[in-house]
Amino acid sequence: MAEKLIKLPDVGEGVAEAELVEWHVNVGDLVREDMVLAAVMTGKATVEIPSPVEGEVTFRHGEIGDIIATGTVILKIRTVGEAVDGEEEPEIELPLVQPEALSVEPQKKSEPVVERPKPAEVIPQKPAASSVPRDVGVPRAEGEKPLAPPAVRLRAKEAGIDLRQVPGTGPAGRITHEDLDTFLNSQGGGGAVAVGLQPNRAVQEVKVVGLRRRIAEKMALSKSRIPHITYVEEVDMTALEELRTRMNGTQKPGRPKLTILPFLMRAMVKAISEQPGINALYDDEAGIIRQYGGVHIGIAAQTPSGLVVPVVRHAEARDIFDCAREVARLSEAAKNGTALREELSGSTITISSLGAMGGIVSTPVINHPEVAIIGVNKLAVRPHWDGAQFVPRKMMNLSSSFDHRVIDGWDAATFVQRLKALMETPALIFVEE
Amino acid sequence: MKEITCKLLVIGAGPGGYVCAIRAGQLGVDTVIVEMAKPGGTCLNIGCIPSKAIIHAADDFAKTVAMAAGKNAMGIKADNPAIDLAKTMTWKDGITGRLTLGVAGLLKKAGVKIVVGRAKFRDGKTVAVETETGEQVIRAENVVIATGSAPVELPMLPFGGSASPSGAKVISSTGALSLTELPQRLAVVGAGYIGLELGLAFAKLGAKVTIVEALDRILPLYDTQLTQPVAKRLSALGVEVLLGTKVKGLSSSGEALLAETGSGEEKRIAADKVLVTAGRKPVTEGWGREELELDMDGRFLKVDEQCRTSMRGIYAVGDVTGEPMLAHRAMAQGEMVAEIVSGKRRSWDRRAIPAVCFTDPEIVSVGLSPDEAKAQGREIKVGQFPFAANGRAMTLSAEEGFVRIVARADNHLVLGIQAVGAGISELSAAFGLAIEMGARLEDIAGTIHAHPTQSEAFAEAALKALGHALHM
Repeated sequence: MAEKLIKLPDVGEGVAEAELVEWHVNVGDLVREDMVLAAVMTGKATVEIPSPVEGEVTFRHGEIGDIIATGTVILKIRTVGEAVDGEEEPEIELPLVQPEALSVEPQKKSEPVVERPKPAEVIPQKPAASSVPRDVGVPRAEGEKPLAPPAVRLRAKEAGIDLRQVPGTGPAGRITHEDLDTFLNSQGGGGAVAVGLQPNRAVQEVKVVGLRRRIAEKMALSKSRIPHITYVEEVDMTALEELRTRMNGTQKPGRPKLTILPFLMRAMVKAISEQPGINALYDDEAGIIRQYGGVHIGIAAQTPSGLVVPVVRHAEARDIFDCAREVARLSEAAKNGTALREELSGSTITISSLGAMGGIVSTPVINHPEVAIIGVNKLAVRPHWDGAQFVPRKMMNLSSSFDHRVIDGWDAATFVQRLKALMETPALIFVEE
Repeated sequence: MKEITCKLLVIGAGPGGYVCAIRAGQLGVDTVIVEMAKPGGTCLNIGCIPSKAIIHAADDFAKTVAMAAGKNAMGIKADNPAIDLAKTMTWKDGITGRLTLGVAGLLKKAGVKIVVGRAKFRDGKTVAVETETGEQVIRAENVVIATGSAPVELPMLPFGGSASPSGAKVISSTGALSLTELPQRLAVVGAGYIGLELGLAFAKLGAKVTIVEALDRILPLYDTQLTQPVAKRLSALGVEVLLGTKVKGLSSSGEALLAETGSGEEKRIAADKVLVTAGRKPVTEGWGREELELDMDGRFLKVDEQCRTSMRGIYAVGDVTGEPMLAHRAMAQGEMVAEIVSGKRRSWDRRAIPAVCFTDPEIVSVGLSPDEAKAQGREIKVGQFPFAANGRAMTLSAEEGFVRIVARADNHLVLGIQAVGAGISELSAAFGLAIEMGARLEDIAGTIHAHPTQSEAFAEAALKALGHALHM
């Protein structure tokens, strides 16, 4: 018998710590090789830690939400059967296993690729086929004493729940812990039994962990360090929309459907080539602005767990269809939580777009340490005075924020006006200079 | 003496009172308990525990006597068995002594202050205790009345009484449990569980026992199916049971108990001792109830589902609150009240209180009997499995008895479980758990019961109710 120490692995790129976001095992659990033990979050990507051995968990360090330095022992696993002489506590530097990512191109992986758990080794846990009828007998009749084990009764009592109101899904209408959970949850959202309007004095504490904590920290950092200047301009999108509709109408097979985003991205590439100072990262501690040749555009995307920013790398080297394809792929991966860490970092400028929810004006928060963010507002048909009459035009506002320490108002305005010109006459976007 | 003030005062250190005090102490409630005798109450000192000790000794002795008489099928022989009853009592006292000391230790460990003396209410918040060193006044925010119960005395047979100096002494169960000499002839009045437990024990010890019961059956709380094996055993031991017979008193010479049978026939039962076990009554006098305004429920103190009496801050637990007068009910109530006093939300929600008769054979009943279930208008299924078909029972020479399960016909929810058989009291745990957890017949049938044990009869009874017993 030997005890193996599981340390928080080095997550690379000089990251010294990571946030623990999931525990999959408890002390006393038996684990198999390759079983996922825990998950940590670095940047905005979640990294799973697999077990290198089979054995019993004897020690667990850290709670969900804790920031843990790499190299810290987080688990001890007692292995069975293998006598390891003279090696009492072999330290195991764990390789990383990324969660499944969509269409990962091998060359994109800079880190050693580790074999993922083989599906065959996963203990099959098929849910009972729903076609099997549940032999639950007759449910509880009206007015009958509720049937619940003592532990459920005690919980209900402490929560002030009358068990007669709780539907039991167990055999013979028995009320299970799960039934009670369901009932308690449904009560949180305004009980169906409430008569009239009731004041709700409930206070629910939600621990800010994981992605939410990342977002909070990032936003606070950006807003406290960067003096924002936000500049709003309207853009006549009529011509671009005409072009877009035509391009989508004459779609060739294999070509993605175009949204406004790829047009904007290409316009940004063009405008940036004239104003490279916009596509930069400002290291304010070192006092250095790094202007990038490559235009790596972050696309703010909403996912079930919160805001993430997947990055379209080298937009300057992608044509409009490639841009569209990459945006679609990344937003899908972000939504499924399968985006790789490197796909969620490394942007040099960001687009914030809420589509139909885009509103009229927004004040986008710069993705620190970038210096600019372009906010896309809602597209709508508005009356436009063409000098003789009002004509209906498809109008859209761009609300863009800039780091006023390094971008002057003049530069900001010049950049946005250039974007406006490009998008109002979209042929310019495609003119090679 | 300096007044004591506390958050919780418990009157009576029987099972209900001491459990209440220990739990309250554990929860950090400032608690005082008053007891006029030894901690442990009737149960530990003059009830459950000492009676089980005597029953066990009598069992062992009876087996040895049977061996000596060549009636042992296993081929065990013995010569001249004898019992030194005084020594048996010393052994029994050793057990109760250890247990009462244990309870005192547990109270101390929980930080409960023990005051020895007789408590009397002055008002709803104040109690005066007569102690050896004078009167101790205790003021408490909450008071728990746990005064218990006492044997019922019959007017024509007062305890300790005898018609002549040489005549038979009338004793209660307390007296019977401290006899150091075996009465040659013992008359027992009452064929409830106490009369039968003790009657059987003294018969096994060698006394000629006659049991007189006014009703026309023994153990009236149980159906005849359950009591039949006990009746059989009584007859095998030569115990005479006079049913439908009323006691009249002692004869003038004092050497016999006079009774009248249902047909009006006079009966004269020669006896050295008369044991009266005509039930128990709650102790509702002698502690100042007259100073309070407590609602009654018949002869018991009225309590609600949180054991609150009609007066704010006064609770009552145990036998003083009603039937069934059982130690484990009192303990559960006491624990609940302690938690309520400490601020937790609790109320009485138990589905079943097991009842056990330590007769020979033992009887266990949890939940509803078939008759009770039918009386509630329920469609039921009943499964019964005899120990005669159980291997372990055979190896124990204990084939008498059965396990019976009563379940709802529609959803197979178990409503009650009864059993009669040797050592069956230990199965009460499984029976109680099944009912509290809301088990269905399928749950019991689907639980692996170890072989070879008597508990297999439990699973078989469930299978029987489902229509497919395996070993029948």
